Amino acid sequence: MSLQVSDLRVYYRSLAGDVQALDGATFSIADKEIMGLAGESGCGKSTLGNSLIRLDGRMKYVAGSVTLDGNKLPIWDQRGMNEFRFRDVSVIPQYAMSAMNPTRKIGKMTGELLESRGESYQDIKPELLRRLDLVGLQQDVLNRYPIELSGGMKQRMVMVISTLLNPSLLIADEITSALDVSTQRAVAETLVSFRDHGFVKSMMVITHDLSILYQTADSILVMYAGKLAEKAPTATIIDKPRHPYTKMLISSLPEVGIRYANKKLAGIPGSPPALLNPPAGCRFRARCPLAFDKCVEEPPFIQIAPDHSVACWKVTGSDA
Amino acid sequence: MTALVNTEPKLESPVGAPSAVATVAPARKGRGEFLYFALRSKKFLLAMGILLVLIAIAVLGPMIDGTDPVATDLLPMQPPSTDPGYWLGTTSFGEDVFAQFANGLRATFFVGLLGGGLAALIGMAVGFTAGYRGGWTDEILNMLTNVVLVIPSLAVLIVISSYLKARGVLFEAVFIGATSWPWAARAIRAQTFSLRSRDFIDLAKLSGRKGWRIIVEEIAPNMSSYLFMTFILLFGGAILIAASLDFIGLGPTGGMSLGLMMFNAVTYGAALLLGYWWWFIPPGLGIMATVGALYVMNVGLDEIFNPKLRDI
Amino acid sequence: MRKYFGRKLFTYTLTFFIAATIDWLIPRFMPGDPVAGLMARQGALSPEGAAALSKYYNELFGLNRPLWEQFFGFWTALIQGDLGRSVFGHGRPVAETILSALPYTLALLIPAILLSWWAGNTFGAMAARRKWLDSAVLPVGYILTATPYMWLGLVLAFVLAFLLRIFPLSGGYGFNLEPSLTWAFFVDLVAHWMLPFLSLFLVGFGGWAIGMRNMIIYELESDYSRYLEALGAPQSLVRKYAFRNAMLPQVTGLALQLGVIVAGALVTEIVFSYPGIGLLLFNAIKSEDYFLLQGIFIFVIAGVLIANFLVDIAYIVVDPRTRVGMRGGTA
Repeated sequence: MSLQVSDLRVYYRSLAGDVQALDGATFSIADKEIMGLAGESGCGKSTLGNSLIRLDGRMKYVAGSVTLDGNKLPIWDQRGMNEFRFRDVSVIPQYAMSAMNPTRKIGKMTGELLESRGESYQDIKPELLRRLDLVGLQQDVLNRYPIELSGGMKQRMVMVISTLLNPSLLIADEITSALDVSTQRAVAETLVSFRDHGFVKSMMVITHDLSILYQTADSILVMYAGKLAEKAPTATIIDKPRHPYTKMLISSLPEVGIRYANKKLAGIPGSPPALLNPPAGCRFRARCPLAFDKCVEEPPFIQIAPDHSVACWKVTGSDA
Repeated sequence: MTALVNTEPKLESPVGAPSAVATVAPARKGRGEFLYFALRSKKFLLAMGILLVLIAIAVLGPMIDGTDPVATDLLPMQPPSTDPGYWLGTTSFGEDVFAQFANGLRATFFVGLLGGGLAALIGMAVGFTAGYRGGWTDEILNMLTNVVLVIPSLAVLIVISSYLKARGVLFEAVFIGATSWPWAARAIRAQTFSLRSRDFIDLAKLSGRKGWRIIVEEIAPNMSSYLFMTFILLFGGAILIAASLDFIGLGPTGGMSLGLMMFNAVTYGAALLLGYWWWFIPPGLGIMATVGALYVMNVGLDEIFNPKLRDI
Repeated sequence: MRKYFGRKLFTYTLTFFIAATIDWLIPRFMPGDPVAGLMARQGALSPEGAAALSKYYNELFGLNRPLWEQFFGFWTALIQGDLGRSVFGHGRPVAETILSALPYTLALLIPAILLSWWAGNTFGAMAARRKWLDSAVLPVGYILTATPYMWLGLVLAFVLAFLLRIFPLSGGYGFNLEPSLTWAFFVDLVAHWMLPFLSLFLVGFGGWAIGMRNMIIYELESDYSRYLEALGAPQSLVRKYAFRNAMLPQVTGLALQLGVIVAGALVTEIVFSYPGIGLLLFNAIKSEDYFLLQGIFIFVIAGVLIANFLVDIAYIVVDPRTRVGMRGGTA
């Protein structure tokens, strides 16, 4: 098993108290698995992704454990995590467009980054050039400044840099959000090819765009308000979702070929609860059409079939 | 004095203080929220406290010590004591230093307010127009800004002032305002650029609002905190420029000001040679306290308005 | 890059033209008659004497010729380096008077600008990294930068010269000494230079330190810093990048500050009766020596513009993006 996360809780410090952004995540990602992490804004997916590599600013580790390839990741320890960063865990950040130093030539920056991590730039350079070819970037991009590149080119460059040391786990955080549709496809395909070429062992793709996950992910983990809702293989999530939230999410997607003069696009009325003082019990309770009295108790995230887990009393039975 | 406000995302600005980046928090903050953070900001409270004390001296001082600042009927060259009329001692000519200080403080605040305010208005006019319209208007206004920016304003002020026999405080303030706006214009222009492409501006344009109305009703309110902080810096800057001008002897004829006190002390009273520190130390201290408090308040405001800078 | 320099040169030339024209315009459009002012200082004269003197002054100023001719004459003289004659200096050419005072001012300005910039940036960068230093540097920096130049000069003079008698109170060199190429004279020069330099240095230092500190903090929070840290880069690399990037606005800031520092130098010289251009200006104002005043003005403007140009060149060196033909940073 590549990645195992057990009851991970990460909160945000704020003046008014702790925002319980990620409240108990337990799941695993196998070798060669691309897991999509989906949910609406504020559901905790970015918190989850970022906590696995670097706790930023206001983030506070509260509880839980993370194990990668049998090693425990000390995510609460900034110094301790350093030996794992880049080599074992890597990230393609949400801000990839501005992730490179604007006043440094890209090649120089990459070289300095590698040297600072104890790697030899000269040794890695041939592989770097091969990967640039793979993603469709010209070799002389190393002689350019970031400002000379287009958004898509910068994105691809960051993808190459982040995976240069062949990490075990790659976290891709909203990497297609700022791109146009055709570039999105190219980037998604590149991501899968990285896995297929063996540059990365497993991947966590964070996005709110289910259509991208449909193209790239082997499994999808749906989150809601800081809790896990459902995890299943992609086909299951898309065709046979069990959790009410997932169902409504899928049905709110427009289908190609259907005219919406006849069928209204169904959204999910209401909005997620504030996570400063979250409600007791199932957090989707207020917007769920299937909610009943058991839902005031928090449903556990239980496996109902191989590789398929759901947190819902209606699905798992109220006596579970 | 520059380096304080960073005007663009990488800003060059007067003095380093206010924000390294005054990233504009787009939402309009409620009054209640402002008050909540303001009362908790040590920097803001400290600065406000100092300013209130100074304002109190400026307003009440001349009333309590009703002496005419240029009346010479006191015992000259006396150090400070608790005797009425001698709180800050007297000058070589027998004038009451405290009366001069209090009256000078008034003039200082006046020039700062007026000069800073005028500079703010011009800076806003130029900055908003250049930022909103872009194109040729922007080019021309940029050229104008650069020209006024490069000319050392004090030099121009000196030349003009020296030819005028009678100079009022109004003239000084207007002149300072007319020459210290360029950095503010640049800063406002940069912020306007970034706001201009936001959706709510498109919406306003679609509903047929005229340009200047959009600026006044949509853009400016979203930058209100930034505009206020810019004004505070201009206020402080105006005070410093006025002090320099007064010190050279080109301040307003008649009247009293802190810079003028130092000018008199050094030029006519030989205060430095004779060690009458009470004559020239208080005025400069007053300026330093005022401007310093303004700068610190600016930093405090930056923390209040920009949530990222707040310490938890 | 050519476009960048072209623009700058055009702006500077335009500025100089405008400034010099303002300089020329002012005496001619101000209320009052400059000649009458000069005449008034002559004291009692016989009517014939007064008429002759008035005619002389009018011719000197060229006020009896048509305006366009005066303007043309002004520029011709300027290009030849003729700035008129100084009344205060008893007929000595203005250009000469200014040039003899210039070395003293430059001796103050250049070290003060360079050292305060360098020291301020270094301290500011250090303060951004260490909390304890930050809580010390920050208030000191704010206080210094809010301090009016002339007042700091007065305080230093009072404490170090008057009270403690470590440094001399005024002058460029001891009144009992003749300028000579001896060691003793040099030491005396430096002793007189120290306090004015110190006051210029300290105020500038405060501003730069605070500016740099803020810039470094901003850079450390930027996306590229976060990315490097996410990939496990050591703080040394992150700081190195942050420092280099924070320097850019500090260089442009230097250009903005020039006018302010020059003004500061002028008033500081007055405090210490230091024989530079500032003191010359002060005396020119007091004795209503308009030629000298205008000459100094032209000089200062030209100097500031040249310095601005030098800073622009420095910026090109510092920001690599400008060399690739893009508008780098803040142009």
